[in-house]
Amino acid sequence: MIQEAVKSSSNSFIMLRAMVGIGVLCGFLIVVAYEGTLPRVQRLKAEALEAAIFNVIPGTTQTKTFNWDGESFTPAKAGDSPLVYAGFSDSGELAGVAIEASGQGYADIIRILYGYDPERQQIIGFYVLESKETPGLGDKIEKDQHFLDNFTAMDVSLTDAGEIANAIIPVKSGAKQHAWEVDGITGATISSRAIGNILAESTAEWIPRIFNHKSAFKQGNQ
Amino acid sequence: MSSGTNHTEAKSTDEFIKGLWKENPVFVQVLGMCPVLAVSNTAENALAMGLATAFVLLMSNTLVSLLRNFIPKEVRIASFILIIATFVTITDYAIQAISVDLHKSLGAFISLIVVNCLILSRAEAFASKNTLGKSILDALGMGLGFLFALFCLGAVREILGNGTFFGLALFPDTFQEWIVMILPAGGFFTLALWLLIFNLIKQRKEATA
Amino acid sequence: MSVQTLNISTSPHLTKGLSTETIMFHVVLAMLPMVFFAIYSFGFNAALVIFTAVVSCVLTEHVLCRISKKPTTIGDWSATITGILLGLTLPPIFPLWMTFLGGVIAIAMGKFLFGGLGYNAFNPALVGRAILQAAFPVAITTWYGAFQLDRFSTINASVLAFPFTEPIVDGTTGATPLSAFKFDGVTTDATDLAFGLVSGSAGETSAILIILGGLYLIRRGFMNWRIPMAILLTVFVFSGLLFWIDPVKYPSPLFMLLSGGLMLGAVFMATDMVASPITSLGVVIYGIIIGALVVVIRIWGGLPEGVMYAILLGNAISPHIDRLIRYRVYGTSKLQKS
Repeated sequence: MIQEAVKSSSNSFIMLRAMVGIGVLCGFLIVVAYEGTLPRVQRLKAEALEAAIFNVIPGTTQTKTFNWDGESFTPAKAGDSPLVYAGFSDSGELAGVAIEASGQGYADIIRILYGYDPERQQIIGFYVLESKETPGLGDKIEKDQHFLDNFTAMDVSLTDAGEIANAIIPVKSGAKQHAWEVDGITGATISSRAIGNILAESTAEWIPRIFNHKSAFKQGNQ
Repeated sequence: MSSGTNHTEAKSTDEFIKGLWKENPVFVQVLGMCPVLAVSNTAENALAMGLATAFVLLMSNTLVSLLRNFIPKEVRIASFILIIATFVTITDYAIQAISVDLHKSLGAFISLIVVNCLILSRAEAFASKNTLGKSILDALGMGLGFLFALFCLGAVREILGNGTFFGLALFPDTFQEWIVMILPAGGFFTLALWLLIFNLIKQRKEATA
Repeated sequence: MSVQTLNISTSPHLTKGLSTETIMFHVVLAMLPMVFFAIYSFGFNAALVIFTAVVSCVLTEHVLCRISKKPTTIGDWSATITGILLGLTLPPIFPLWMTFLGGVIAIAMGKFLFGGLGYNAFNPALVGRAILQAAFPVAITTWYGAFQLDRFSTINASVLAFPFTEPIVDGTTGATPLSAFKFDGVTTDATDLAFGLVSGSAGETSAILIILGGLYLIRRGFMNWRIPMAILLTVFVFSGLLFWIDPVKYPSPLFMLLSGGLMLGAVFMATDMVASPITSLGVVIYGIIIGALVVVIRIWGGLPEGVMYAILLGNAISPHIDRLIRYRVYGTSKLQKS
């Protein structure tokens, strides 16, 4: 049958017909699958992000996304970036702001989310969004309770000049003395240091910005 | 084409069985090594990847077999790839809709099913020349054979590398994980080990036969 | 069938009577001072680790010879050397069951899979160590301080960890000079490094004894002096250049030469006769590549030490080095390569 088609003189028409036919059929199938799964995929992704925000800002029950346009924070529209997420408690009080940051880890880029409380001027939570760190070693940054305890009340208070008074620095495991130091993990030195450095870089940029515009978040909820 | 005699029926079961053992896509044909090595680090990932591949294989074999008189020889590879890519895309959406975490851990390897030579080779070597029924049986056999092989790798790697099986702890807390087994290098070691075992069994069989 | 009784060789047919056994035996002799020093500085722990590594290598070799129905080759000392080298590259309190596993891997995967002695593409001891490092990264970077007071009276709990269980370290662990530099920017005094008064793998700490062992083998003509020379010179020049550019950021060339496994690797591992090139020029290129890789990994890599990976990579390309620089027969063109 295939051989007959080859012999036929009008085989370019047959080829065209076959390709277009299959193309249309496949396109139709993909559109159906996309439309069919889209609502659920979007809901799952939003839920995952929301769960991460709840995780880094204790006491949050609702969230709102803001965009930094270079001068002020405004409620985000679709397609905006970079984004920060404000979390509010039941009574509508601002519980904290979640900020996304990323940087080079041991294996690949690590993406994290951390929570900042402008009232207490502290980092109040930390969550790894994405990392490819070595299982059993580097991935302790996600699970090691002692390491995560670094980020329950980490000092990022500002000086009068509007800069972070004590930059976050990673230290050797067990050597933490100040509230702005990140106590490392034995056996995951490189990954835990990477987290410290990512935080130091991100906080230096974002914390003064958020602190100076914290009223924008409070208004944003009204 | 189908004369429906006992003779062809006996052959049909052969089409199913061969993929599981005699022509196992991984252990005998050594096809589709990219997902075999990359996403067999846990039994769960291996199972998900095996099922996804088997589904794509089944659908592509079905469609290719149905359209085999409609596709001219000159554009057959392009057509097969188009069909395979369609079902891979659909699988990708479906997995995202099932679980974000699963999609994250399988990562780019879902899209890479497209270049799994197992699927193209079944379309080219079998489905484009055989009836719908036979093609489906062939896809099921090959798909399950692939799933079985991935699962063999995933189970060994998860048990040694993480001390768990489907996430359940198998050993006391003091168990020392062999971290290399979850890393890519462990995939190569485990595959080599299974190939060794399979070839030993085959040699024994041939020696006794 | 595989028993070779007929000996075919090229000229010259008069030899000094050197056999594999003789050379290998002298290598073992040259390593003995390092073994004794390792036991002296790290105590019973190191003795047990080295002993287990040797037993495991020799046993694996014997068993595999039996399985493949060949006469056993443990008499040629090569398995013993692999065992000693493996033991010397491990931390002194490395669990014995992991050490045993490393010996099995070194001989089975590093040597037998390639066809036995003479066919191994890589230094078998390093293959064993590389896989151990990937499998048990915590245990293999748990260092023990040298010259602990109780080193001849107690055995560390980590060494005796029950097979397949996690080791529990008791006592003080110490950072190696290289990790102290990498993570805390602290450099160690060069005399401490030369005499081996620091923590590290069992056999890598005393640079002087390693050099003495190497000189002995070179004097006897059992070792190609160009390999360690090329590696060490490259490391010295490369790191000296960096030190000259920025002495604050980069360590001194002396520190780079004496710290970590560089001496042990350059003298006893990179010189593996099978896995290194055969031409004199090839050997120099091989040494330069390894030396440069060591500096690159140590300074810019994620790991504090890179000698092992540098040598394994050097092993991998050594046949290609030989092929690239082989003499072209006069009158033929480059294009006619077969």
